[in-house]
Amino acid sequence: MIAIVDYGMGNLRSVEKGFLKVGVEAKVTSSPADIEDAEGLVLPGVGAFRDCMANLKRLDLLDTVSRQIEKGKPYLGICLGLQILFEESEEFGTSKGLGVLRGKVVRFPEQGLKIPHMGWNTVRFTKVPPPFEEIGDGSYFYFVHSYYVSPSEKDPVAGMTGYGVEFTSMVWKDNIIATQFHPEKSQTLGLRVLRGFGDFVKRYA
Amino acid sequence: MLAKRIIPCLDVRDGRVVKGVNFVNIRDAGDPVENAIYYDAEGADELVFLDITASHEKRKIILDVVERTADDVFMPLTVGGGIGSLDDIRDLLNAGCDKVSINTTAVRDPEFIGKAAQRFGSQCIVVAVDAKRVTSSRFELPLPGEIPDWLRESKELEERLSVDFESDEPLWEVYTHGGRRPRGIDAVKWAQYMEEMGAGEILLTSMDADGTKAGFDIPLTRMISESVGIPVIASGGAGNLEHFFEALTEGRADAALAASLFHYRELTIREVKEFLSERGVVVRPVVGEDGKDQG
Repeated sequence: MIAIVDYGMGNLRSVEKGFLKVGVEAKVTSSPADIEDAEGLVLPGVGAFRDCMANLKRLDLLDTVSRQIEKGKPYLGICLGLQILFEESEEFGTSKGLGVLRGKVVRFPEQGLKIPHMGWNTVRFTKVPPPFEEIGDGSYFYFVHSYYVSPSEKDPVAGMTGYGVEFTSMVWKDNIIATQFHPEKSQTLGLRVLRGFGDFVKRYA
Repeated sequence: MLAKRIIPCLDVRDGRVVKGVNFVNIRDAGDPVENAIYYDAEGADELVFLDITASHEKRKIILDVVERTADDVFMPLTVGGGIGSLDDIRDLLNAGCDKVSINTTAVRDPEFIGKAAQRFGSQCIVVAVDAKRVTSSRFELPLPGEIPDWLRESKELEERLSVDFESDEPLWEVYTHGGRRPRGIDAVKWAQYMEEMGAGEILLTSMDADGTKAGFDIPLTRMISESVGIPVIASGGAGNLEHFFEALTEGRADAALAASLFHYRELTIREVKEFLSERGVVVRPVVGEDGKDQG
């Protein structure tokens, strides 16, 4: 079973229904016990970095999530679920993240491009995480965000996307796979990613 | 590179698609979910439901429509029409929609957009701007009831946002109530103000072009798109392939929306995307069930 971590940020229904559609068992939960029992976890969410961290703390999920990641449990981070893996974000001053990966979260520079970066953009793979094995390099995925991650180490970077700047749109390190884009909103290819994560979890378990 | 988006819009009343037409691929033309599935397969980049349900009691029906759509269709979904409270927004987001589009309530109370953006995030707050060119035929100044209270009560906002009826420059005025009520607000300045309040996107409809099939209002679209830092969806007037090209190039729009044109299959989304792609506009290719690029 995969736990979709509910920490009060945005709509988790699409992620849950996406897994259901591709026949992967997943459950929306905010219970630490469920998260510990699960074979894999998904942290979706859109919104503000600081609120996300605050909610995880308030619900006593911060340690649970960190511990599961450290233990090597398969983790899929989506949007904020990617961003909070890093050390800090410059959104609303500086907010601390989980620090699982080194680097920070920065805002798109003002250079005449519309912010948020909203819509379909391509992802160029620098390496291919297991759920992406059947997906063509340069495929389109759906994005909606104003901040992006800037890793200080190259190693975890798995995908790059261009929007004024070239930014990291996907990371992969061992059990951690995280995307800036939304597989649950990316139609056929997005569903394939969710199915692929389901397989990844099964192989890992 | 970020692709320009093509967005079909479905008018939904009491949970049914208005003016449903039966085509081979659709079992029930009045079912919004069936229509959504069709557009999904066609390569739509997003989907908009415009809820035109008149009676308050039947408003909840749209939540069921959104839920059923989100069970089957995995692309961004926006719902507009009749949104008057933060609870309305919360209910829609929980049902599975990604963005809400707000027009009349924003004009009645601009602070509402600020509150909504703060609570749910700018990315899900779309402000719908219905704009009409100010012409000499509108020589009478707006009636008192047309100007919102907050605008009459604030000298500063009045100076900043009111339509300057004396001006010789091309101007557009904000309308509400489905284009029936002029509000004395300058559409370009309004879009900027809404961005400041926290709107994440502007859905711009030209009341002059809407329904004419004579093309989007390019000067209006360009003016607004260049005046704000958030994405702009052009709407109203799509009649042929060239119109989409104009809106997304000369008009500087980030996305183009059409309702009846797609609804009656006068054009398909696939045709629009192929045409744009051949002319160098970046669009997302239509992806088939097998995941292969069909474009």
